[in-house]
Amino acid sequence: MATETLTLGKALNNGLRKALENDQKVVIMGEDVGKLGGVFRITDGLQKDFGDQRVIDTPLAESGIIGTAVGLAIRGFRPVCEIQFDGFVYPAYDQIVSQVAKMHYRSQGKVRIPMVIRIPYGGGIGAVEHHSESPEAYFAHTAGLKVVTCANPQDAYVMIQQAVASDDPVVFLEPKRRYWEKGQVDLDAPLSAAYPLHASRVVRAGTDATVLAYGPMVRTCLDAATAAAEDGRELEVIDLRSLSPLDLGSAYESVRRTGRCVVVHEAPGNLGLGAEVAARITEECFYSLESPVLRVTGYDTPYPAARVEEEYLPDLDRVLDAVDRTFGW
Amino acid sequence: MAKGDPGVTTRGRRAAPRSKQATRADGPELVQLLTPTGERIESATGPDGTEYRVDFTDEEYRGLYRDLVLVRKLDAEATALQRQGELGLWASLLGQEAAQVGSGRALRTQDMAFPTYREHGVLYCRGIDPIMPLGLFRGVDQGGWDPNEFKFNMYTIVIGAQTLHATGYAMGVHMDGKTGTEDGEAVIAYFGDGATSQGDVNEAFVWASVFNAPLVFFCQNNQYAISEPLERQTRVPLYQRARGFGFPGVRVDGNDVLASYAVTRHALDNARLGQGPSLIEAYTYRMGAHTTSDDPTRYRIASEVEAWQAKDPIARMKAFLTRQQIADESFFAEVDEQARAESVHLRERVLAMPDPAPVTLFDHVYPHGSPELDAQRAQFTAYLESFEGSAH
Repeated sequence: MATETLTLGKALNNGLRKALENDQKVVIMGEDVGKLGGVFRITDGLQKDFGDQRVIDTPLAESGIIGTAVGLAIRGFRPVCEIQFDGFVYPAYDQIVSQVAKMHYRSQGKVRIPMVIRIPYGGGIGAVEHHSESPEAYFAHTAGLKVVTCANPQDAYVMIQQAVASDDPVVFLEPKRRYWEKGQVDLDAPLSAAYPLHASRVVRAGTDATVLAYGPMVRTCLDAATAAAEDGRELEVIDLRSLSPLDLGSAYESVRRTGRCVVVHEAPGNLGLGAEVAARITEECFYSLESPVLRVTGYDTPYPAARVEEEYLPDLDRVLDAVDRTFGW
Repeated sequence: MAKGDPGVTTRGRRAAPRSKQATRADGPELVQLLTPTGERIESATGPDGTEYRVDFTDEEYRGLYRDLVLVRKLDAEATALQRQGELGLWASLLGQEAAQVGSGRALRTQDMAFPTYREHGVLYCRGIDPIMPLGLFRGVDQGGWDPNEFKFNMYTIVIGAQTLHATGYAMGVHMDGKTGTEDGEAVIAYFGDGATSQGDVNEAFVWASVFNAPLVFFCQNNQYAISEPLERQTRVPLYQRARGFGFPGVRVDGNDVLASYAVTRHALDNARLGQGPSLIEAYTYRMGAHTTSDDPTRYRIASEVEAWQAKDPIARMKAFLTRQQIADESFFAEVDEQARAESVHLRERVLAMPDPAPVTLFDHVYPHGSPELDAQRAQFTAYLESFEGSAH
């Protein structure tokens, strides 16, 4: 078993390399993905090895990236599009929502758009405006798209390959502040035996309260669970992984045991994923709940200036504060 | 129908046609091979010096006339069906038959077309059953055909979005190594004058240019984007925009089926040979409303419509065929009868279209389904079944 220690970013790079090797129809396209290897180096070295017809530096226009990828998909290609930053996806929003998401439906299944739209998302890196946003709810709200996000290098390596192999259009959200975090990655693990793409996973077992998170907040919640354990409280942490469809089976099972649930995400709370998750858990686990499902989220403001983003973003203390409140109900 | 190639031979036709530069005789500079009165022009020169001509057999001329009449009649039938409540909406092509038949017949079998929602004439010339898009307008489906089977993409309602799809598809043609030879593939993207203001269309111009995509941008300038005249979209002739993007542009008389054919065939063949994209502005006029929901009397005057009536694409073709004795009254009557019969047949089939079963609204959201949708479908089915046997 070829297990290596890789950063999350390098794991994605390895996963994309595998995808290019495994299927000649896979093409990577985006701004600066070629010679530069992307602004986060996620496609580093791929153009050199696969050529500029497989790894395509595009003109600087996001709608053009997604719109031409639709045409390539109709032609039989599997485009993997990189949107450079979360806040730059909106020029492509029409193509994603009105074209990518609906093509299979409109054609009664005759056209598939097996496209991956990679978006580095979330804050915490001290960036200027438009570089720290969490747009997942816009896409999870749109039928026809699937939305996933990884939280550790092993998942990054496997999930990006699964997303490319999927016949669905997949919005693949990469937690940019975790790009440099390291973990063990099994590079030889066969995709066919991999954990399913659209399944959540318990990443820390616990008995006192259930904490649901995804992407960059999984690490935050695991840290919170470690701190809580020191105070004698065992939190069960679940990484949702797939935001559309949501897989809440393990969450229901957990909440029926713990009776308490906190949902955590960076995106603003109003109509965010947490609202949907809370509604479903309330519906499924009503008689097991000892307190309402609480949300720990970004505030309903525009993403703020970098010097105050630490106050905006959910952190260990805010997660623990919410857990405390579920016990004080 | 196999059409003759443009620019191949010059057979002396009966009336010794003349040649001319693209002139301002008709107002804007445009390539024209058949005048509004049906006078044949031997050849016309485009702005870059390209000489355009066609060399059709009599049978082929008659075939083009038949196409024009057929697509107008089927279009009129669809408008009537909408007026009678059988279609929810119809976007008529009335007045644009020559641009669509000319460009549609210029496509070779292997070429791919990306239409808007008005290219019923192109669809017909691809040999596709005209019933195909009517499900969309009746509201029983949202297209539902396989673009690759028909080499004709589904209709696109969002203005200009399909030009990017066409560009990506054309990039794929190039990546598949299907350009550079006479049997190579080319792609055509249809859009209107209003669409030229869209970001997507301008991005498509950029992409096609820098990737040298085998693509023809075919703009039917019908002078109006619903109510807004061309002047609200542009200060320069649309075909001249191509220059700024780095590829050739030409304006053709869009009411002249011969010129529309010649210009499109030339552009497609250039594209398939690997010479990159080009823009054709087919200068025409939307004789009817934008759609059946529109009232054009609110924004344009009758005299303008009458002036364009005098440039009718079918009348000029008929005058030409008559004058050159390529067709006679019995031919015209036979075509009219065919058009009548096909439109009756179309009507019967539209009326017979069944409404989809309600539960089918859950179909095909995802290629392999979704647990959430499966649950909703089951819930919906159970809900419907709960009414069975009740009075409601």
